[in-house]
Amino acid sequence: MTFFLEVLISGLLSGVMYSLVALGLVLIFKASGVFNFAQGSMALFAALTFVSFLEMGINFWVCLLMTMGVMVILAFLVEKFILRPLINQPMITLFMVTIGLDFFLEGFAQLAWGTQVHRLDLGIPNDALFIFDIMIGKQDIFIAVTAAFLVLVLTVFFNKTRMGRALRAVADDHQGAMSVGIPLKHVWVMVWIVAGFVALVAGLAWGNSLGVQFSLKTITLKAIPVIILGGFTSISGAIVAGLIVGASEKLAEVFLGPFVGGGIENFFPYLLAIVFLLIRPNGLFGDVHIDRV
Amino acid sequence: MNTAIKYNETVFQGLSSPIDVYARTRSQKIGAPILQVKNVSLSFGGVAALEDVSFNVKEHELLAIIGPNGAGKSSMLNVINGVYHPQKGQITFFGETRHKMNAHHSAEQGIARTFQNIALFPGMTVIDNIMTGRNLKMKANFLEQALYIGRAKKEEIYHRQKVEEILDFLHIQPIRKTPVGRLPYGLQKRVELGRALAAEPRLLLLDEPMAGMNMEEKEDMCRFILDVNDELGTTIILIEHDMGVVMDISDRVVVLNYGMKIAIGTPKAVCEDKDVIEAYLGVNP
Amino acid sequence: MFYRETGQFKTSYAADRAIFPIRQDLYGMGILLLLALTVPFFVKEYWLSAILIPFLVFSLAALGLNILTGYAGQLSLGASAFMAVGAYTAWNISTRLPQVPLLVSFIAGGITAAAYGMFIGIPSLRIKGFYLAVTSLAAVFLTEWIFTHIGWFYNYELSATISTPEMVIAGIKFDTPIRRYYLTLIIVCLMALAAKNMMRCTIGREFMAIRDMDVAAEVIGIRMLRTKLVAFGISSFYLGVAGALYAFVYLRSVSAASFDLSESLHILFMIIVGGVGSILGSFLGAAFILLMPIFLNLGAHAVLGNSIDPQNLATLELMVFGGLIIFFLIAEPHGMARLWQIIKEKLRIWPFPH
Repeated sequence: MTFFLEVLISGLLSGVMYSLVALGLVLIFKASGVFNFAQGSMALFAALTFVSFLEMGINFWVCLLMTMGVMVILAFLVEKFILRPLINQPMITLFMVTIGLDFFLEGFAQLAWGTQVHRLDLGIPNDALFIFDIMIGKQDIFIAVTAAFLVLVLTVFFNKTRMGRALRAVADDHQGAMSVGIPLKHVWVMVWIVAGFVALVAGLAWGNSLGVQFSLKTITLKAIPVIILGGFTSISGAIVAGLIVGASEKLAEVFLGPFVGGGIENFFPYLLAIVFLLIRPNGLFGDVHIDRV
Repeated sequence: MNTAIKYNETVFQGLSSPIDVYARTRSQKIGAPILQVKNVSLSFGGVAALEDVSFNVKEHELLAIIGPNGAGKSSMLNVINGVYHPQKGQITFFGETRHKMNAHHSAEQGIARTFQNIALFPGMTVIDNIMTGRNLKMKANFLEQALYIGRAKKEEIYHRQKVEEILDFLHIQPIRKTPVGRLPYGLQKRVELGRALAAEPRLLLLDEPMAGMNMEEKEDMCRFILDVNDELGTTIILIEHDMGVVMDISDRVVVLNYGMKIAIGTPKAVCEDKDVIEAYLGVNP
Repeated sequence: MFYRETGQFKTSYAADRAIFPIRQDLYGMGILLLLALTVPFFVKEYWLSAILIPFLVFSLAALGLNILTGYAGQLSLGASAFMAVGAYTAWNISTRLPQVPLLVSFIAGGITAAAYGMFIGIPSLRIKGFYLAVTSLAAVFLTEWIFTHIGWFYNYELSATISTPEMVIAGIKFDTPIRRYYLTLIIVCLMALAAKNMMRCTIGREFMAIRDMDVAAEVIGIRMLRTKLVAFGISSFYLGVAGALYAFVYLRSVSAASFDLSESLHILFMIIVGGVGSILGSFLGAAFILLMPIFLNLGAHAVLGNSIDPQNLATLELMVFGGLIIFFLIAEPHGMARLWQIIKEKLRIWPFPH
């Protein structure tokens, strides 16, 4: 039983990590209707920038600010060169453009900072806590709490503020939002900055556990089932679904894996996603869409 | 020069002799009911689009559905066509009763339609768009098509000829190779009519075919619709806002308001109906 | 003054429907085919096996994906999964039943891939657009797992890598690059012709109808599920044969890693750059994506000399790929095929400006 709980907890905690990436995806989708395939690369990019500044000996908090600055610049560039020329194009085109962005960022990051693994130490104590005989790392708890806090802040932002409402309008209909005077450009830059910030948090969290390396960009692939389960437009859904995906993939690997030769961790979340797509395509918390003819 | 069309053979042919022109008066040709809508109710998650609507449509007639915006007119066509499925009620078409129509089944049964917001295929040319209307009549399988032999080749040429006849009928020959997305709105509506006609339908549903057109274009469209009704004998259900058009060309009129049927009858009778006047003009205090 | 339609009147519908209605186009195609047939005589063998053969194989794969994504509008990231199925099926048949003719095993590879494709396509009735891309992603992972964990499929070979046997068709051994090139050329040309025929007949129109406006398509009588499954089937058949060619003619030794997600994305890039919904576009895109790294290599060496690190070159390639995709999607979303059309339109009035 303890073993089951340990696997479950470890799954839940890796689920939180997925949620952080999924959060960025949900944000951008919620506010611009674009699925950002490059979110993982952005997290990696942010983490690499941070680590490189850190390795130059700059103070931790200043590094954070500088990295945020870089992400802001990135947001501006993306909006100016990628989003603006593609206003009102179908979602498929925008999706494919983010695949291009993903490749570009990955190449750029590798070119600028090399391909070796960088160690990242956030300075959080990593001793283990024992709750009911189950071992949990303090770092993991810290990350979980951060994620929860982020979710709270973002939910309030989207639902209660004027900016949040503007973002939701833009996601629904670019032209409609423009016609009521919502400045598309500013909104998009805003969204990508916020998403960049979330990507930074995600990158730091992951980098802290795994070291900053290039497999980080594949976490986008893990985050896709998460937003399908949670709903493309739901912030809280990203967290809940992340937990479900993380837990179920670990449990499936440990308990079902041996029967089929192992290695199912990779596609088990996708099987879940397909099931959801068939039964409840809008995810657990997403908005239902009615097509009018 | 008049074009005489023999409905039985459904072949579009240009003939020179005026003797071959059919000259039926409107009332003579209207036949028995072919479509019965019974107690149809449709709602979208709590919002009622149609409530207990019943009426029938007689063969060869031109029935207009009118009503204020949001009255449920398009929804009614969508139900007849199988795009929406009503929660209650049934549709009987040529004797076959179904609780809900299926989109492609209704096409197989001979119901064709145009859409309010033009549902043409923008990536294809005018010819190809109208050819898709002939889809159900093409029987060659994909292997034959891949090798372009036998039935595939013959069918392509035969149906191309039919499409050309429709292009002729609607006076859109010059634009036959233009991708539909590049055409002006009025021409697109005509192409959509062409696609609906290509299926040689028994019942034609037209959803605001004259929306957004000027006087001249409206007259042209009216002429085409009347030609289809007179010369081909196709039964037509027409949604239209222009009262002048409705009065001029329809045999009977159904009035919907807030999803309910409030009147049905000849245009003149409906015009003078108390409920209709109230719905459109408001009550006189 | 060379490219004029004047005087070329069509007197029958059959003539109007020809693939190359303008005579100059027909001649152009003829010259191209002639070149293709004679190229082995004035080009080094290395070029055949390293450039022309993979170009043909990937053109076929891009063609397959274009049928599904470009013509039928079903976004799919799973091209490599179907290639894998085609390759492994052909390999299994040719090694377990060596008396079966090689071409039959290729076709069987295609048919198996088609069946697999139709299975993967079943959710497409309820799922559209981007969500469908997710199911195709799942297919890629699932297929990768199958060919590394279910030993029967790869005959328990070491590290799940299979080597294709010598190709013998009708007693002729296809062991030289020239022979392999001709074999691939014939197969690809025939299948491209078949694809062109299908796309200009009913099937092609049905595909484009469900891509452009599926509700209207249904109302006309086009059966959604059946048409979508046929799209998946035909597309996967092409991808399966391409996969078999990839394994037998080009790489000759493959594993599941040869058919991973980045391969799928490469093929998707080919049709984006080349032109979605265009047969010509599949060829143009494949040529572009295959030749681009070579030119990049040459360019980098010319500009930076030998000081450039090969690893840096690979990352530069990534950046250029990404940049190109972004550029094409913004500047010319219909790809190089559309650019070619524009060139032809300008040629028609050349040397006059309009």
